[in-house]
Formats: sequence, C-alpha cells, structure tokens
Amino acid sequence: MARTSRHAREVAVVAFAQSDHLRRTDELSEVEMVMPVLHQVLAQTGLKAGEIGFTCSGSSDYLAGRAFSFTMTLDGVGAWPPISESHVEMDGAWALYEAWVKIQTGEADTALVYGYGKSSPGSVRDVLTRQLDPYYLAPLWPDSVALAALQAQALVDAGETDEEALAAIGARSRADAAANPHAQLTGTVPQGDYLVAPLRTGDCPPIGDGAAAVILAAGDTARRLCGRPAWITGIDHRIEAHGLGLRDLTDSPSTRIAAEQAGVFEGPVDTAELHAPFSSQEVVLRKALGLGDGVAVNPSGGALAANPVMAAGLIRIGEAAARIHRGESDRAVAHATSGPCLQQNLVAVLEGDPR
Amino acid sequence: MTAASPPDVLRAPLVVEFPFTRSLGPVQSAFLTGLREGVVLGVRTSDGKVMVPPTEYDPVTAEEIRDLVEVAATGTVTTWAWNPAPRPNQPLATPFAWVLVTLDGADTAILHALDAPGPAAVRTGMRVRVRWAADRIGAITDIACFEPHEGAADAADAGAAPHDGVFADAVTGIVAEARLDYTYSPGRAQTAYINALAERKTVGERCPSCRKVYVPPRGACPTCGVATTDQVEVGPAGTVTTYCIVNIKARNLDIEVPYVYAHIALDGAGLALHGRIGGIPYDQVRMGLRVEPVWTEGGRHPDHYRPTGEPDADYDAYKELI
Repeated sequence: MARTSRHAREVAVVAFAQSDHLRRTDELSEVEMVMPVLHQVLAQTGLKAGEIGFTCSGSSDYLAGRAFSFTMTLDGVGAWPPISESHVEMDGAWALYEAWVKIQTGEADTALVYGYGKSSPGSVRDVLTRQLDPYYLAPLWPDSVALAALQAQALVDAGETDEEALAAIGARSRADAAANPHAQLTGTVPQGDYLVAPLRTGDCPPIGDGAAAVILAAGDTARRLCGRPAWITGIDHRIEAHGLGLRDLTDSPSTRIAAEQAGVFEGPVDTAELHAPFSSQEVVLRKALGLGDGVAVNPSGGALAANPVMAAGLIRIGEAAARIHRGESDRAVAHATSGPCLQQNLVAVLEGDPR
Repeated sequence: MTAASPPDVLRAPLVVEFPFTRSLGPVQSAFLTGLREGVVLGVRTSDGKVMVPPTEYDPVTAEEIRDLVEVAATGTVTTWAWNPAPRPNQPLATPFAWVLVTLDGADTAILHALDAPGPAAVRTGMRVRVRWAADRIGAITDIACFEPHEGAADAADAGAAPHDGVFADAVTGIVAEARLDYTYSPGRAQTAYINALAERKTVGERCPSCRKVYVPPRGACPTCGVATTDQVEVGPAGTVTTYCIVNIKARNLDIEVPYVYAHIALDGAGLALHGRIGGIPYDQVRMGLRVEPVWTEGGRHPDHYRPTGEPDADYDAYKELI
C-alpha cells in the first residue's frame, strides 16, 4: 500500500450525506432537518445507530437561540439506551476530529459525526459577533462580513488579488455548484453591490439552513463498509491569536502548520475542498496550502454556494471523501475554518487505495 | 426534507438577552480606565513589541505581561472596509469605514470605526486620530470612533512612554450587553401539537417502531431515532405520576405559593408532561391523583389541571411513566 499512516490506526470516511441547503426551513425543527441526513448516511453503510461506536456532533446554541439545543437533535440519532456521545460548539469538522481521536484511542471502531445549523431564525452576521473578544471587539458589533472585508482589503493592498479576481472565484464556485444538487446558490449570480467594501454580495456566502453527516470507520471495518474508503492519512488543527490586529491577515500560518502536520506537502493533491465562506479567503488558503493550477478547488461549489454554519466545514471533508469514494480523486485535502478571518483552521488529507 | 409541510407554519419572536458582567485583569483594567481618562495604554510583549489593545498574557509565549506604556491617540490605518449600511449597535449610525489602526508608538493594530465622508476619503496608510466619546465609562466604546487626522506622528509620540497604569477609581469590570432577536418556528410536529391545543385537544405522535406516544411530540423518537408519524389524541384526563411543592414565588407569575407542580401522564400518552395542579389544597395532592385540564378563555394551553373526582389510579397503571 502506497499510503503511509502516521497514526496508530487507519481511519477512513466511509459515508457522507447532506441535506439540501435552503434559505429557510421554517417548517422543520432542527431534529426534523437533521434526522433524514442521519438516516441517509447510516443507510450507505448498512449500520444501525446502535452499532455505531461513538457519536459526535457540532452545532451552535447561538444560531438556534436556545440553550443545549443539540440535546434535541440527539433525538434523531436514537440515543437510548445511552450511547457514547459528545458534542462540540463548533463546526462539525471539529466533531469529526474528536471522533477520529476517539477511534485512534481504540475505544471505538466506528463513529457517526454530524453538524448542522439553522441560520434563518436569527441574523447570522450579528450572531457571529458574539464569538468575538468580549472586551475589545464584541461591544463594537463588527459583523462577519465586515471582518472578512478588512481581510480582503489587506489582500488587495498587498497586491495578492483584486475585485475582478475575487468575483471570478465566486463565479467559478457557483458554476461548479450547478452539478451539486444540494447547493443553495448555483449558476450565474450577479456580483451585486458592496455589502462591506471591497466585498460584494457575490463574494459572500448565501445564508441558509442545512445539515451534514459522515461515518468514520477503522481498518478492516472501513474496507467492509465502503468500496473505496477515503483514508484520513493526516489531520490537524491550529488557531491564531484572537486579536485581529496581531495577525497578518494576508496569510494563514495556522493553515500552513496544520497542513504540514497533516502531511499535505508530502505528495501532490488532485482535489482541495476549502472552507472559504468569502472569496478573499480562498486566496489566503491557496497560498497557505501551496495549491497549484492543476488542483480542482471546491468542485462542489464550496461555501460560496452553500454555507450552513456549523456544517459547512464538515461538508468539505465529506465532499473530498465522496470524490475518493467515486474514484474521482486519489489524494485530496479538506479544510475547515472557525472564527473571524480564518482564525482557526483544520486540515485533513484524504487518500484512496490505488485503483 | 421528508416531512410534509403543515398548512400554517407558526412563527413567534424570540429574544435572547445576556448582559454578562465580566471582570477585568490588571492590564485590561488599566487600558479601559485609561480610555475613560483619555489615555491609550499598551503593553510590552516578551519580544519588546507594544501591543494595543493590550492583553494580560503574551500572545506568543503566554507569559504574564504587565509592562504598560502610553501610546498616542493618533495612528495609521493598516486596512479598512467601507460599511455602507451600519447595523444596530455598531459605533456609528451613518456609513463609516471599519479600520485597523496602528497607533503611534504601538506595533499592533486596534479595530474600530472611522468616521469619513465616503470610501474615496479612506485609504490604507492614512492618518487618523481618536475621537473620544462625550461620556466615558471605561469601555472600548469610550473611543467613539477614529477621524481623519492631518499630520505625521509627532516625534514625541514615536516612542511609547512607560506608564504605571495607576488611576483613581479604576474600572474593574464591564457589563457586556447583548441582545439577539430571532423568529422561532417550532417545526412540523410541535406546530401540529400547538395547533391542536388551540382546539383544546392534546395530540401526541406515535413512534412507528416502538409504538410509544410522545406528548408533546418533537418529531423524533429518541429511543429509535425515527420520525414519529401517527397523530394520537390523548387525555383529556391523566394521572399525577410525581409532583413537587413550589414555595418560592416566580417573578412575573401571578400564582400564590405554595402550589403543586406535577408530572401528569395523560391517558394514552407514553410519557408524562408537566403542569400545575389547582382546585385542591397543595398538601392533598398525591401520586396517582386523577386530574383534567382547565382551560381559560383564549388560552393556547391548559392553565392548570384539577382533580376529576375519580378514584386514584393504581400504582401499577403508571409506574412505567414516572
């Protein structure tokens, strides 16, 4: 086997499912939105919920506006008698990381990971201000688009991109998303007015609701459950200082270090699924990951086509894995982000066995 | 999305407010008290850089840092973003630029708003100065915003001057006010439940796998992890399975204490819901008591439950529902 694992156990993504991502889902509670996705991902493997070794989810009470909202969605798993379960108040990609660690410890052979978010009940731009430093930032209510725009202007000033190039990123993403039946925004979308200059509507993600789920399995279990498992040969996440003024916003050292630790640079990748909710962030990530022109970046359309907050990062891992499952990729890098201006970044390398 | 849409989706405003009271460390206290006094302080990091706004710990080494310095109220924009449509609570109500500003004497940038007539008046590298708020309390909003400033850094401001960070009546905490407004929709199952209640019916949903009837239904059977589908009218009468006596009067609740709050298994339900028991002295309520709902005019749910007068239920009849 060409792959070399740097970890105790071989762990693979063996199944991936996601909802259609929609601007509103008022007719569905969170559990009603999540449950069909859980059923789909389990059906891909033939596993029943009770046969899963560990379950981990990612979501945010601030999106739902309710404390402990994840306990309600756990109803959709079938968590009685009590299952081995955990939750992160983060994107589902970090739930996947916890599940991967759990399998590495030997305490589980399989894991169900899901992430979901309904941005429609509230104003997500304002909701996300509550994740900021409460002393110096949150009292100013700098919204998520404003902070991304500061980063975009820094990139323009540094000569790393311009508005035309940024528009092309959005256009390419939505054109590619035309082949993705789950995407929210596809095809030709007007670049629109400035939301916060230099970012226009087309540089920003659609706001919507959605869910995604992944099943992880170790070694021979993975081989049994999936024709071509997407082996996670490396995974790491790093965070930068939360003071925006301390950072070089045109670079992402946390992504680069996570990528080094995950082994991205030890061989070529053919696919990159990047969690870049803003067009300008793709510029930063391409540089940090050293992606050349031969790499298919966000063939799913990425977060510019569907950005269900708390699921969009997990979806990047799922989409990269699904391409390996389908034989469309042999070595892919998947990335998830959290916080303002790419503050925290997770990088995973996914590989398929030789065909 | 498999669930069928009900004819009417319910919506209700949901307001979440959380005025957290946060204490300050010595560095943050000095910085925010300094703002109140019209002085901008930074802190020197382990490698000698001046960080504004300052933190308690070195962002690289995590060492405790306490070496305060005073920097100028003038500085240079390092990046900016024009905000044509200010949102609630943001520093200015008219269009403005978000800016990161490195103050003269500092090595790092501070985020704030810049009051400028339009995006054509803003550029990276432009000189700005603090516009102080009229009323200052020791908060980041004591800086009302930045405003354009003609003139290079004064020689006197080029370096940061040591400062002991001592002020009379130092600020030791902040109240971080926050309010988020949502429009809540309860989803298919709970919408059906609430709509039925409006007709004074209690309608649960049955799990197609284990047959348990959930009241109120939430759309999924937590044991089986499948959608509850069949609607089942339960009650109206039920059995008290357990209860407590409430002795503390809740704010905004016009009910005399003591009163009884109980778990009530409505006839046909697979689990108990909870409600207040009235129409009987509080010290006569007991497990097994048979009760029925009491509705008030215009109420969307039972106001409380009262005894039916039937004999008490056998323990065996409800022991699985406790």
